[in-house]
Amino acid sequence: MNGTWLVAQREITMRLRSKAFLISTGILMLAVLASVVIGGLVGGMGSLPKVSVVEGSPVAASVQAVEGLDVRLAPSTDAAEALVRDGTVDAAVLGADGASGTGGSAPSGYTVIALDSAPTAVVQALSVAPTVQLLEPSDQNPLIVYFVALAFGLVFFMSAITFGSTIAQSVVEEKQTRVVEILLSTIPVRALLAGKVLGNSLLAFGQIAAIAVLAGIGLLATGQSTLLASLGPSIIWFVVFFAFGFVLLASLYAATAALVSRQEDIGSVTAPVTMLVMIPYFLVIFFNDNPLVLGIMSYVPFSAPVGMPMRLFLGTAQWWEPLLALVVLVIVTAGVIVLGSRIYSNSLLRTGARVKLRDALRG
Amino acid sequence: MLDVAHVSRSFGGLKALDDVSFTVGAGRMTGFVGGNGAGKTTTMRIILGVLSSDSGQVSLDGRALSSADRALFGYMPEERGLYPKMKVAEQIVYLGRLHGMSPAAAKASTDRLLERLALTERANTTVESLSLGNQQRAQIAAALVHDPEVLVLDEPFSGLDPLAVESVQGVLAEHAARGVPVLFSSHQLDIVERICDDLVVIAGGTIRASGSKATLQSQHGGSRYEIELSVDAGWIRDLEGITVVDFDGGYARFDVTPGAPGVAAAQQVLTEGLRRGSVLRFSPEHPSLAQIFKEVIQ
Repeated sequence: MNGTWLVAQREITMRLRSKAFLISTGILMLAVLASVVIGGLVGGMGSLPKVSVVEGSPVAASVQAVEGLDVRLAPSTDAAEALVRDGTVDAAVLGADGASGTGGSAPSGYTVIALDSAPTAVVQALSVAPTVQLLEPSDQNPLIVYFVALAFGLVFFMSAITFGSTIAQSVVEEKQTRVVEILLSTIPVRALLAGKVLGNSLLAFGQIAAIAVLAGIGLLATGQSTLLASLGPSIIWFVVFFAFGFVLLASLYAATAALVSRQEDIGSVTAPVTMLVMIPYFLVIFFNDNPLVLGIMSYVPFSAPVGMPMRLFLGTAQWWEPLLALVVLVIVTAGVIVLGSRIYSNSLLRTGARVKLRDALRG
Repeated sequence: MLDVAHVSRSFGGLKALDDVSFTVGAGRMTGFVGGNGAGKTTTMRIILGVLSSDSGQVSLDGRALSSADRALFGYMPEERGLYPKMKVAEQIVYLGRLHGMSPAAAKASTDRLLERLALTERANTTVESLSLGNQQRAQIAAALVHDPEVLVLDEPFSGLDPLAVESVQGVLAEHAARGVPVLFSSHQLDIVERICDDLVVIAGGTIRASGSKATLQSQHGGSRYEIELSVDAGWIRDLEGITVVDFDGGYARFDVTPGAPGVAAAQQVLTEGLRRGSVLRFSPEHPSLAQIFKEVIQ
């Protein structure tokens, strides 16, 4: 146990000393903060389309009565058009005959003058829309759902790849430099593996927790407390799932990396694990509105850290579902640790050519 | 005393070690020699428990080794085995702590060893920026930091300049003097010859010879003599049972047939020399380790 902790401590100190790590963490933090702030600004402004009307015309009164338009008054038709040309407004709304006059032959009674493309928002505001009734209304704005999915997917992907490759490099470094021989003659192989996984998991967990706190503070500071309230539980579950999910991935990274003896070979040997990390990322981006895919994702151990928080955010998961998914994740993680430590201990001393997975399992 | 008894190990179909047995006595510097692929590294790894044996066992003072015992061993693998990006002192302290030392004890022992190995100035340098010789010294410090009860060193002298060989040799001798069994392998037979007390020769996975250096030398030598006389030594050529291999005025080197008749023939040369004048020197020539090695691995 003492050995495990010493190994974990070393992993953490060496990592925290690396400038590349500190800089990339800083960039990731800034990106999270920026996306929260920008999201707040864009969502908050939702600026209304601007239109100009001729002051005192009958159209002016009716347009001003329409909700969702920012109306500017112009002294004449030409002046209203000029406002369109110089970009002050999106469109000018005139009478049906194109003058400032009263209705006329045009069905809506309006003529909309715009610069180079039909101003959809303005047209929509002036149109008569049929009543729409949703049978299954979504709790969340689809755009926000997309961004939340992107955020969960990206943070999981980035952290898993970063710390997964860190642990892979550290395993191969020890194997390549043969320091592993000294380590193995000093502490049990399981203590060594456990220390590596623990150290990197703590780092990854720390980073994820910091991101979660930062996102929470950012949401509060930009006045998006409603979003925070609906996102909060998802973020907390994300952190919990990530903690276990990362241990799973870290064991896989350590085991596969132990098969090779050179840093150059890490990429190819860990590629299958990297795929396991990338797939949830793409799935959640493309299928965040597909309940079936999300439902499956939320139980598959590799994608549960992304899938389950997403479903919680969408409100499609029952209260017991995250607990069940967590149990599945923990069981699979335990199994992978056993298998991984077998591969790891059987491969560590075989330097040179890549060890075949079958040989590593057989010992 | 470290006792390796009937250890065998195969890799796939290849028998790497076949019934390997030898002992490393307390306080004995034991040289472990053999060609490439003879089984030295495999044997050392099995002693350290890094590799398991198919059969046979390793014991210390009559007890089978546990992993707790092995944590008290000092091991230096053949290839450089340190973290390239860690500082020298930090790394040695880390290994000391892995061996179960307290932070303070590990620090004190590290400082002492670095001082002893003339590495103090490099204590805060990363290992990768050390010269090869200094890396090797750091490696030795790493093997010794926890004051091991048994030392197993694979090629501790490779890549060292003569001065470094001397300082490493000194450190190892200190440990041996405290009663620690020291097993070291080397390709540099002259160094082994100079510093070892005992010798183990391995070839093709089997032990070909083992025992004290003196015993092996007398077992494998004793048929060549040197004599130096105050008078011309030409008469030696005429004696029966003597083959002169080198001759220069009063000096002669000659072979006799191995065994008792040969010893008698040599004694006869000495007696005759004394009769003719004074004998300045007379000695059996010890075979060099290289000669013994060549002889036993055939």
